[in-house]
Parts: sequence; structure tokens; C-alpha cells
Amino acid sequence: MTTTTITAVDTHCPYCALQCGMRLVPADGPDGAPVQVLERPGFPVNRGALCGKGRTAAGPLAPGARLTAPLVRDAGTLREASWEEALDRVAAGLADAGRRHGRDAVGVFGGGGLTNEKAYLLGKFARVVLRTANIDYNGRFCMSSAAAALKAAFGLDRGLPFPLADVARAECVLLVGGNPAETMPPAVRHLRELRENGGRLIVVDPRRTRTAELADLHVRPVPGTDLALALGLLHLVIADGLLDEAFIAARTTGFEQVRAAAMAHWPERVERLTGVPVPVLREVAGRFARASTGIVLTARGAEQHSKGTDTVAAWIDLCLATGKAGRPGSGLGCLTGQGNGQGGREHGQKSDQLPGYRSLTDPAARAHVAAVWGVDPDTLPGPGRSAYELLDGLGQPDGVRALLLMGSNPVVSAPHAAHVTARLKELDFLAVSDVVLSETAELADVVLPVAQWAEETGTVTNLEGRVLLREAALAPPEGVRTDLYVLRELAARLGVRRGFSEDPREVFEELRAASAGGPADYAGITYERVRAEDGVFWPCPAEDHPGTPRPFLDRFATPDGRARFAAVSHRPAAEQPDADYPLWLTTGRVLAQYQSGAQTRRVPELARAAPGPFVELHPRLAERLGVVDGDRLTLTTRRGRATAPARITAGIRPDTVFMPFHWPGLGRANSLTHPALDPVSRMPEFKVCAVRVERAGDDR
Amino acid sequence: MAAARLAQQLVERGRGDDVTLYGAEPHRPYNRTLLADVLTGRLDAAAVGLPCGAPQTAVRTGCEVVAVDVRSRTLTPAGGEESGYDELVLATGANPVLPPVRGLRTADGGLKAGVHAFRSLADCARLAEDATRATRAVVIGGGVLGVSAARALAAVGLPTEIVHQGPYLIERHLDEGAGDALRGALEELGVHTYPGNRARALDGDPRVTGVRLATGYLLDADLVVLACGARPRTGLARAAGIAVRNGVVVDDRLAASAPHVFAIGDCAEHAGITYGLAGPAWDQADVLAARLCGTAPKTVYRGSRPLVRLTAGPLEYAAFGETGETDGTDVLRIADATRGPYGSYKKLVLRGDRLVGGILLGDLATVGDLTHAYERDEALPGDPLHLLTTEGAA
Repeated sequence: MTTTTITAVDTHCPYCALQCGMRLVPADGPDGAPVQVLERPGFPVNRGALCGKGRTAAGPLAPGARLTAPLVRDAGTLREASWEEALDRVAAGLADAGRRHGRDAVGVFGGGGLTNEKAYLLGKFARVVLRTANIDYNGRFCMSSAAAALKAAFGLDRGLPFPLADVARAECVLLVGGNPAETMPPAVRHLRELRENGGRLIVVDPRRTRTAELADLHVRPVPGTDLALALGLLHLVIADGLLDEAFIAARTTGFEQVRAAAMAHWPERVERLTGVPVPVLREVAGRFARASTGIVLTARGAEQHSKGTDTVAAWIDLCLATGKAGRPGSGLGCLTGQGNGQGGREHGQKSDQLPGYRSLTDPAARAHVAAVWGVDPDTLPGPGRSAYELLDGLGQPDGVRALLLMGSNPVVSAPHAAHVTARLKELDFLAVSDVVLSETAELADVVLPVAQWAEETGTVTNLEGRVLLREAALAPPEGVRTDLYVLRELAARLGVRRGFSEDPREVFEELRAASAGGPADYAGITYERVRAEDGVFWPCPAEDHPGTPRPFLDRFATPDGRARFAAVSHRPAAEQPDADYPLWLTTGRVLAQYQSGAQTRRVPELARAAPGPFVELHPRLAERLGVVDGDRLTLTTRRGRATAPARITAGIRPDTVFMPFHWPGLGRANSLTHPALDPVSRMPEFKVCAVRVERAGDDR
Repeated sequence: MAAARLAQQLVERGRGDDVTLYGAEPHRPYNRTLLADVLTGRLDAAAVGLPCGAPQTAVRTGCEVVAVDVRSRTLTPAGGEESGYDELVLATGANPVLPPVRGLRTADGGLKAGVHAFRSLADCARLAEDATRATRAVVIGGGVLGVSAARALAAVGLPTEIVHQGPYLIERHLDEGAGDALRGALEELGVHTYPGNRARALDGDPRVTGVRLATGYLLDADLVVLACGARPRTGLARAAGIAVRNGVVVDDRLAASAPHVFAIGDCAEHAGITYGLAGPAWDQADVLAARLCGTAPKTVYRGSRPLVRLTAGPLEYAAFGETGETDGTDVLRIADATRGPYGSYKKLVLRGDRLVGGILLGDLATVGDLTHAYERDEALPGDPLHLLTTEGAA
């Protein structure tokens, strides 16, 4: 491999689902980063704007910030090893567990940051090489609730069924449980343009976030009550004669049951459940329903609940009832979180899915994919455990005993994290493929150092369903290989010598064939088209097909072309505050960190901006607890404890505290969170549980 | 309503495969709190139906259960075959109380023409139809229901008066200041109130022509609405030998005195309280669903902290808990005649550092925070003014 080559390469950011366009040029800065990030104004999603994370994205490319040699555990400690030795150990570890405990005792855990090529090949590796049912990924913790609701309502899970720029042209946008001003700042320009164009922005969030500050109206429900809120708004839409009857008749089914559901959520009841006064409900319902176009955007705040799927379904119901779907400037979209959260869920690393967003239980889908893979459909395993259930079973008699983990850090990011950490330690064998020594990699028997975004080519699909190409700008340093190389080598060691290419383009060509005819059809997408067209929106079934920026304008993707209302009902969160744990805890993100922080905590500029966790609490709660700003607080739930300094702000409900989850150790918010799962999406309830707050040292 | 929520929750929790809902009314379960909206035409009568877990739930409308044998665990619907049960849930609701007024009934025992109860969809349909012919209405009873009915009649353009026995409107939940403010607000909407007055007789035959007060005063009216409260329907339980006081007596498990029998909603009496409100009925249904499904078999019902609430056009109030001023309570009160369409009246009642009651009338900006503070029963900070005024507002 050569080490220096490039002049300038257009690519995309390694972090969130916006996948901002950026340009990389060679650099030789004092921080050791080999490239410099420049603006790329031509790319339509961010038009040159980058946040602090994007601007400093080259930091982890520096040799000092990352792993550059495989590590293997010897006598309890990790030591450097050759690739040959490390790969042999991984293959042996996986094979051994399979031999002794059966194929399903070998597990795979992927990530929403992996490229489409990697996600595809990882799924194929699990089903063809390991032949295990047990593969899932951290996207389950991201947008799985929205995915389930979108698929049920529209027949297709395209996170945003329109380009992000459409947001600026809607008359009213309702943003539910999302804080793009911190999580995806370049998206905020579309919200600002919305207001410049005279559109209204309504933000639903228990916290007055930086995004809520931008809104015309900020609605502050009790955590865990967004479902009731949506049904209460729908009730008012019905009562105030604001239904779009013509749209309901022409383009939907199932409204009558939903009308009954709305009648069970009358405004005064919803006020009691949500804490949002009826006059505010009336204002929101009126503004949204009376607008000629309207968009609802949901994000983790609405989705990461044990009723997340039903919650998104209720907001979809509101859109359908008011005719705000399947029309230009209208619709419900999910602000997907992870870089390749959308693509990562389409190509087979999800426990119940095959490439092209095909169902693993559909005989026709199995036959199609098996033919592409050159295997007998009957050899494909069935659906396996969802992410948390898989982690919860690690090392248990009927659970996974050997795990290959790629691009995820569940020690920090999984709910009930101390329990998950203990489970990881009970594994017979753990292999982690990552760019840095993450908290999860520290527990591994073998750590494989892999290439990063700027060092390998591959596609990602952003939150709009736009397939993008990240181009290699430089070669990885000595000692670092790619994930595709890892899968090829492991497959070969486990007896499968064909069908695992190290070349991303070859893998993508196979992915195109595997997805052809599926809901997420990539058959017509080529690297050349992506380069030439600033990305291609799926479905794109043929090379002469233009791609589909707005898939539902003529018909929805259901068999009869109609969108499906879903009759849902409010239910309380899995855990309610009581005398022992009297407050709500909600968790989330800050501007300068990304997910488990494995990359961003290693970037000095970001670490300075957001050095550690904190607990947001209201001044009245602080007064009651006798706490001043900066005091160390101990938070206790039925699952664990965390400690962090107090940050007092009037921007949060007095009955709720907030803690960001990017850090490990004592300040790990996920030590506290509740693993209650949504019955459909299997999404854990990250966003709400009952907590006790004390000054550190005062606690029992 | 309680039965519908229970059945819906049983189905949602995966235990709805063998649930039968018996109801005396001809309609499938509907939301009774919306009757005033049906009366004004804001909601269609056909549109207020509630989800009840159908089609898994078998719904028998117009099928009143007339007998229960708790030993053999059987029930008998009117004109139907005896049928067994594993668990029986009584959610028989409440009947309107008819006031002791002369001339209320006709010779055959029915209500005189032009006289209406306001409890069911059938009442509502008759009343709405009659209202199109009527020229003046009187509502007997100035409680929650009477105020709501009077406001709805005024909204459809009928001059309406309220005759109320109590010293001021909704005296069970409001204090005098709020009652008077509400009276003023109703006046603006075209509803005149006669507090401290009792209806003694209805004039007219066959149709009502007026309401004669105990003072001797006569109010002309060709439409009369009776809103004198409701009484738990307990006849079925009593005849089955199940313990009844004011309502069917239930414990924290919502279990009645006979095995495998439960009661929820307006017919149930828990810890000496029959709530007669939809919120507690919903709470009870959820607790019982969790128990019967086994999803949370140890869940118990510890009582509700109910709120009375009206939002009807410009008329809005919320009240809860102890709103009078007794020994040992502190009171914080703000009255502002300039706020909103008819001024505002707001009050907190505190015992020590606990919120024990409150009233918001006309300005409900803080209702969410206020009711949550009441519900959670937590110590309040020294100055709870924030519960009455919006933060940051002047």
C-alpha cells in the first residue's frame, strides 16, 4: 500500500445521518492528522456547513489516536500480535463455540456506522459462514421504532420520504423529540429557512433545547407521553372539523378505528397525562391542521420508549388525518441518528432482515437472496434475537457464547450498561473490530484495528434515503486493515473461500443484485451515478431510473397503495416515579460528542468543548435538594448509579433530570437506563425511567 | 367507559381472546365526557365511540345483565341464556339523580315532555332534537354537568338559565370567588344563574312550560335539563349479595366482596370514594387490566387525585382537592378581571409545604404543572407562585 497520494477528494462526514459533504486535502498539521477537512458548498444537504465534529473529523486519523496493531489477550492482558495470529484466534474462537454449543451460540453485533458494503457482507457472513440466527446491531437502539411504524403505515421505511431541503418549504413543521441544533447542527439551516419563508416551527421536547429556542412554539410534555399528545391533537383535529376527509377517503385505510382511539384521548385527559394545557394543544392542532403543507419529524425523544412504535404511529395518524403525507411539502419523517443508520438497516445486519429490506421470513425473499449467494435457501437461518436480548443472553446457557462485534460500543451505549458489561465478560470469546480501543474493545479477546472513513471507499445512505459515496482519500496506516478484509479472511478460515471480496465495489455490485426487486432497491445505483448526481435516492431499480426522492406522491408502498392508520393507545412508561425514585430521568446528546464518544472523546477540541457528563436540573429542584451549580450529584435507579456535576437550568421540567450518555465509567448515563423493550421494534426505553437524585456523598 | 378501556387494555396486553362486554345501552361504548360536544354539534354522535378491543372483544349492546350468581359464576342477560364467567367485572356506571320536583313525570312514570336527563347518548339525541324547537331552557343543577349542559345549550342559541340549590356554582369543587367568577363568565355567554334557589315544581301539561322555584318565582321554559348528579348503579350487585355502600365496595385490588368479582368506574367505591369521573375510571381499568393479564399482577389501586375540568369555547376551569379555606391551610389567590375574555381567578390551597387543592379559572397556562404538583404530593418550594403564573411572564 502507498501512504501518500491525493490532491483533493470529495467525501462525507464520518458521524451523523446527515452525511454532510466535505472535501479532504492533504495536511501535515501539528495534531498529526494526515488530511484537512474543507467545505464542499455544492452538496445540497449541508451546502458547505459543518459542525465542530465534522470540522475536526480528521483527528482520529492521526496515528497516535488509534489502534495500529491487532491485540490479543494473553494471561489476562492485551498484547500486540500479527494479523495472522489475531485472525486465527478469532476464527478458532467462533468455530469452537459453534462446535460446542451450536451455531446460534455464535453471534454477530454490527453498527449503524458501517458502510452499506460492510453491513451487507456482515449479514452474509453471519448467515452463510456462521449460519447463525443471532445477528443484530446497534441501529436497534437508534431508529427501529420509527422504522417499524413507517413500514406498517407506508409499506416502506424510508426515514425521510423527501429531501431534507423540503422542510424549509413546508408551512408548519412539528419536531417531536429531536434536537438537531446539537445532534446534527447543519440541518438547522433548513429550520431557519423554514421560518424565513414564513413557516412555523413547533418543537415538542421536555427540555428547552437549543432547537426549542428556535421554535415559534415549544411544547413541553412529561417524558414518555408523546403518544398521548399526538392522539390528543388528533382528537382536536376531529372535534374542530379539521380532518382532510377527501385525503382519508382516497389514500388511506383504517380511519374509523383511529377515530375511536382519538375519542379515548380527549383533551382534558391528555392534558392530565402530558401536562400540556388544553389551550396549547388547541393551538398546535390548529396550526398544523390548518397549514396547507405540514411535516412531522420524529427523533429519539419520541422513539426510544417501550411504546416507541405506537408513538410514531400516532404522529403518522395525525399526518394522515390532516392530509399531510404523500404530497409535496408534507409527510412524516424520522431524523435517523447514525451515519449509515438508514443503509445499515436495509442490508441484512438486522436480526429479521435480508438485503434490500427483505424479510427473512418471506420464502420468496429467502430464495432470491440465497440465489445471489449461491446457497440453498433452506440453509439460511431464521430471525434471531434483537440487540438487547442478544446482549442480555451473552454467556448464558441458551445464549451467544462467542461474539464478533463490529463498529459498536455497547459498554457505553446499551441500556442497563453495567449488566451488559457483565454479560460481555461472561462470553467464552469476544472479538471486536474497531478503529480505537473502545470500552468494549478493552474487554475483548482479540481486537482488530480497522480502517476509517477517509481510508476506504464505500457507500452510505443518509437520513433522506440518498445513497452517497465516501471515497478513500488516503491509505490506512501500516498495521490497519479494512472490515471487508477481516470478513474475507475469517470466511476463508471458516471454510468459505468465495463470495467475500475485499473490494468495496465488488461487494456493492453484489449488493445491487441482492437488493434488486426488494423494497430498498439499489439495482440501478452505481458508484459513477452517485458521484455524478450528488447521491441517488432509493428505490432505484434500473440504471436509467432517476431514483426516488419522494416515494409516496402517487401511491404508498402498501399492496393497495393506501397508507394505513394504526389504532394505538397511550400506556405509561415501564417505570413510574415513586417515593424511592421520585423523578424522571431522560438521556440524550450534546453538540461536541457523538454516540458512545469512542471517536469524539479522542479529539482534543471536542473533549475541551464537552469534557464530561453532567446532570441538568431545574432551579426549584436544585433548591429542594440543596444543590448549587457544579455540585457532584449521584443518580440512582433500580439498575445502577452514576455521578456527575449539576448543571442548573430553567430549561427543564422541575420533575425531570437530563444526562447525556457519551461517557464511560462513573458518569455513564446508561448505568441508569431501563431495558424495557418495545414489543414490536424491540427498542429499549432509553428516554425515560424513575431516578433518585442526591448530592454525591449524601447518598445511602 | 371504564369497561371499554379495560377491554381495550386486555386485548392490547394479549389477554383479550375471551372477553364479552354487556351493555344496557343500544350504543357500543362511547365517551360520556364528550356529550356536551355532541349536543353543540361539535362532534357527531356516531363519532364518539371508544375502542374496546373489538373484534377480539365480543360486544353485546342492548343487553343488560339482570342477574348474577356469584357461587355458580353465572350471569343472566335480559331475555337471554344464562352464561358462565371466570372473572366478572362490574362497570355498570351511574344513573342520573332525579330531583324531588313536582310535575316532573307524566302519569305513566316517564319524564314530562320537554324534560331531559343528560347522561347518555340517547338523552343527548332527544335533547338536541328538542332544543331545535325550544325557545327557553332551564337547567336544574349548577354542578359540573349542569354548567356544561347550560353552556352547550347557550352555544346552540337557546336562552338558558341555571337553577342551583347551592350557594354558588359547582360548590363541591370551587370556592365562592371562583363560583361567582364562573357565574359572570356564563352571563357573558347568555346563561343566567339563580344560585341558592330550589326548583319546586314544573308547570305545563303535557309539555313543560315553566319551572316554579321555592321562592315562588316562575321561570318560563319549554326545555328543562336535569343535572342533579348521579348515583352508582348497584342494583345488580346488591341483588347478587355483593357488598354495596354508596357504590360496589372494592379493595386495592379492585376486588368486590365476592370471589372473582371486580368493580371499576362510576359504580365502584374504593376507600369510601365513588369518583364519578372519567380519569379515575381509566386509572382503575388500567390497574385491573394489568392484574387480570398477569403482566403486573401485584399492581394495586391506591386511589386517584381527580381533577374537574371544563374546556368549552371560552369557558375554562380546572379544580381539584380541597378548595375551601379550613384551619391549617394557607391560601394563595390571584384574581385578575382584565385577563382573558372574562377575567381569571386562581387559587392554591396549601397545608404545610403540600399542595392540597387548587382552582384555575379563565387562565389555565399553569394547569399542567399545577396538577402534576398535586398528583405527586411533593414538598413545594417556599414560594409556589410559579404554579399560578407562567414563568418569565410579567
